[in-house]
Amino acid sequence: MRLSLFYQKAIVHLLALLPALWLFWQGWLLYDYQDHALTANPIQYINQYTGDWAIRLILLGLALTPLRQVFGWNRLIQFRRMIGLYAFFYVMLHLVNFMVLDHFFDWATIIKDVIKRPAITFGMIAATLLIPLAVTSTKGWVRRLGKKWIKLHQLIYVIGALAVVHNIMMVKADLREPLIHLGILIILLGYRLARRAGFTYSMT
Amino acid sequence: ALQGVRKISAYDTDERPTPFKAVTTYNNFYEFGTGKDDPAKNAHTLITDPWSVKVDGHVDKPGTYSLDDLISPHTMEERLYRMRCVEAWSMVIPWVGVPLKDIITRLGPTSKAKYIRFETLEDHKQMPGQRRRVINWPYVEGLRLDEAMHPLTLMAVGLYGQSLPNQNGAPLRLVVPWKYGFKGIKSIVRISFTDRMPRNSWNELAPNEYGFYANVNPEIDHPRWSQANERRIGEFRRRKTLMFNGYGEEVAHLYAGMNLKKFY
Repeated sequence: MRLSLFYQKAIVHLLALLPALWLFWQGWLLYDYQDHALTANPIQYINQYTGDWAIRLILLGLALTPLRQVFGWNRLIQFRRMIGLYAFFYVMLHLVNFMVLDHFFDWATIIKDVIKRPAITFGMIAATLLIPLAVTSTKGWVRRLGKKWIKLHQLIYVIGALAVVHNIMMVKADLREPLIHLGILIILLGYRLARRAGFTYSMT
Repeated sequence: ALQGVRKISAYDTDERPTPFKAVTTYNNFYEFGTGKDDPAKNAHTLITDPWSVKVDGHVDKPGTYSLDDLISPHTMEERLYRMRCVEAWSMVIPWVGVPLKDIITRLGPTSKAKYIRFETLEDHKQMPGQRRRVINWPYVEGLRLDEAMHPLTLMAVGLYGQSLPNQNGAPLRLVVPWKYGFKGIKSIVRISFTDRMPRNSWNELAPNEYGFYANVNPEIDHPRWSQANERRIGEFRRRKTLMFNGYGEEVAHLYAGMNLKKFY
């Protein structure tokens, strides 16, 4: 028996929201003077946590097409917009945390950071480029833009690369996780290059 | 609890101490993992008794000292110091320890000794974080001898009136309050007096980001973030970072005439 698309989507929504719900729950515990998991420096913790989930969802979004083509899971396409929008959601949480909680609208410092520090520049470009993709994710915009829509949304390759570089550059010494992200990105983008060059592979 | 501790020091800050729980659960001690809460979770495997410290180099009384041999001839003091991490957060910690100058004077460095070098334990069984080569183990730090002899420089054996918790660098760690926290090397097993500037671990890992001196300096940014302000743990808004972490009156003369942009 197969679940209807409605329930499948409900499950994906719930899974994608779980990290955020957990974070809000821990934030509530902190606010309520209870034990919580956000460490003694919650803003720094939230910064890393939302950044990590943003990257994971960007990579997951990039994995859908290869998975669909290699394993013949054609229905995956039905979740692509959702995953993309959740990636955008976590990027925005990351950005709001940086600007509001971390720097409390200290625009002089924020702007200086964005201009002077390549790691932050790359992250900010990636976040900004994601905005037009989120805006044009509706059916109406897909129709209106036609072939241009595909071109525009190929920006996600650049965004993914910038996000992973940002991730690598922000880490002090322990590069294990960002390098795993890089490895996954290389596989997912390499797959597309190979396919463009004429190599195809299918398990079905 | 530690006995015979002199409680009031001329160097105490009047700021509110950071809660014990924060001081002992938010740590950079990569020997037990790179997450901030890893040391508190993992450091129970460290055996701190018995503990011995090797003293060598240009010194009159080299040898292997037990922790007790090294500390007990001196009066322990409580010092309420600010601690500024290079990652732009800070705490206020009531350390217990012995001024390093008291220990150095007893060991008797020779005229060739210009620097002092410290080494952390390397033991992959006791320190599971060392199984991955995140840092070129063992962790090494150093000071110029006059910095080490400064009355603010402390060899800490405790905090909040009790022996150091393992995650804070038990049983013996360095505290240099006008420098970034990474200079405060933990779980020390070797003290060497040298004629040449020793390497230090973070400088070796990223020389453009972490210097030998590592004096707190709001004017000299870390390449990836500003050092102009900091978040005091437990506070929401950032506060301005003070030159030499607010200890300029005491220590600025150590660096008179030096270009602090070059010697960061």
